[in-house]
Amino acid sequence: MAGKSEPIPTEHVAIHPKAGAIQLALLAVIAAALLLAPQFLYPIFLMKLLAFGLFAAAFNLLLGYTGLLSFGHAAFFGGSAYFTAHAVKVWGWSPEAGILLGVLGAAALGLVMGAIAIRRQGIYFAMITLALSQMFFFFCLQAGFTHGEDGIQSVPRGRLFGIIDLSDTMTMYYFVLAVFVLGLLVIWRFVNSPFGMILKSIRENEQRAISLGYSVSRYKLGAFVMSAALAGLAGGVKALVFQFATLTDVTWQMSGEVILMTLLGGIGTLAGPVVGAGLVVTLQNYLATSDFPVTIITGVVFMVCVLVFRRGLIGEFFASRLGRKLGFRSES
Amino acid sequence: MTMIFGIPVAALMGQLLVGLINGSFYALLSLGLAVIFGLLRVINFAHGAQYMLGAFTALLLLTVGGVNYWLALIAAPLIVGLFGAIIERTMLSRLYKLDHLYGLLFTFGLALAIEGTFRYFYGASGMPYAAPAALTGAVNLGFMFLPVYRGWVVVASLIVCLGVWFLIEKTKLGAYLRAATENPVLVQSFGVNVPLLLTLTYALGAGLAAFAGVLAAPVYQVSPLMGSNLIIIVFAVVVVGGMGSILGAIVTGYMLGVVEGLTKVFYPEASNIVIFVIMAIVLILRPAGLFGKDA
Repeated sequence: MAGKSEPIPTEHVAIHPKAGAIQLALLAVIAAALLLAPQFLYPIFLMKLLAFGLFAAAFNLLLGYTGLLSFGHAAFFGGSAYFTAHAVKVWGWSPEAGILLGVLGAAALGLVMGAIAIRRQGIYFAMITLALSQMFFFFCLQAGFTHGEDGIQSVPRGRLFGIIDLSDTMTMYYFVLAVFVLGLLVIWRFVNSPFGMILKSIRENEQRAISLGYSVSRYKLGAFVMSAALAGLAGGVKALVFQFATLTDVTWQMSGEVILMTLLGGIGTLAGPVVGAGLVVTLQNYLATSDFPVTIITGVVFMVCVLVFRRGLIGEFFASRLGRKLGFRSES
Repeated sequence: MTMIFGIPVAALMGQLLVGLINGSFYALLSLGLAVIFGLLRVINFAHGAQYMLGAFTALLLLTVGGVNYWLALIAAPLIVGLFGAIIERTMLSRLYKLDHLYGLLFTFGLALAIEGTFRYFYGASGMPYAAPAALTGAVNLGFMFLPVYRGWVVVASLIVCLGVWFLIEKTKLGAYLRAATENPVLVQSFGVNVPLLLTLTYALGAGLAAFAGVLAAPVYQVSPLMGSNLIIIVFAVVVVGGMGSILGAIVTGYMLGVVEGLTKVFYPEASNIVIFVIMAIVLILRPAGLFGKDA
């Protein structure tokens, strides 16, 4: 979607001879920062940031690389949080098994929602995913195991693989960080695979992809399920971090939030959604203490982004002279 | 007491009426969405917020200016329509040349900003708006008591829906509009001011939403969030109907309202989701929607 409207400047910029090394160095700095961050910042806040970063990156897999705008990703995020919380708390499963169930549940949900939604394109796709996720919201509101308005409270974090005690905040942080890195690696591998290339071709020109003999609906459905599963991974982890799962995570507002994160950071970039999630989560934390409603800010930021800032922060950087000199490119 | 399928007739008729009332709002709102989408190719996510604005405008006109219901029924749509025109002129019109999804995202942000603002000033709880004296009370129809105001809602929405249908399908302005939907460049070259037509269309859609809001004010409470859940149902209605046809949007709106009402009688647990279930079934059997032309 960003590809058609925001062309990358075409004038030639020579890539810096050491661009590869500089990129690696940047990555090393970020990795070091993530490892050391809990020494300086509140770990729960950082874990929230990582969970939402992964959620937004999973969402972007669909919007940025396949060109499908889902308005229902909260169903996978919040649904997985419920599944994980229920398995760990009521059935006494270990955390990794609980998260796995969340991921599988989200993937199954994605398979059903995706199969219905890909029957229409563009704007209809967005409306259908929104309606289906609202249906899931009402299901969660009425189903017994979700405990309605109360949600699933005081979920134990348990022992990872039966050995590592996750109730220690620092241990939990490094577990969440590991899941986050794993999730991003999967996304990176996925979009650079032959499968990901075909998805991009569908985004650029669906008719041509069909004429080349690709079964477009299957690829779209595959991307949808993949995105749902990864959103589920983020949701399951979030349930363990905060030790509860509530209706908030399945509302349409949450689906809107993840769109904003992705838009703000940069559609079609790997780092963009993570940066966007960081900004939105920080803003929410900052405003949580004041009585000024977050929705007004969210709404206005949305409008401004759409009107004048469609590439997003990372997208703008990648499209700038400096960004291109360092060899960065936006995938859209 | 007379029974049908083991349900008292009065209860059945009561829910049927509630369904017809909801259907009236679905019809008015999906009509506005379809009109806007037809020409602007924008899905107006702010439609629910504009519906809420209509109800609030009526309430504020009454409490601050002492303007009565009947005047508000005309004034509120005009005010909200003007607001819509300003939004379209200054911001929305910049997005037409981009992917249509940006229009959806922009209006989503607009809806959040409007609802957030009203929530900040008026809180989340509902405020009552009294029906005008002429429309209070109830008539005995023999098999049930019909509250006059509820009957009025159904009649008024029908009249307005048919009026809009007439305007678009049978008048010269409507002909311009339909022509511009088919080929805006050609219509512009014939000397029709297409950008103005786009602004008027958006204003008309916003005004329709506001009209529905004023109608709804005495039935439901006036609250900042009254439109946000409704709009998602209306999206589903629009998907079921297919946005190709004005009459289709109206008929689907009433029909799904009635189906929802009947579900409340026979299987209340599913009444929240029945419209979404119907949407899923329609998408599987007939992806273009009941009245849609494009696949």
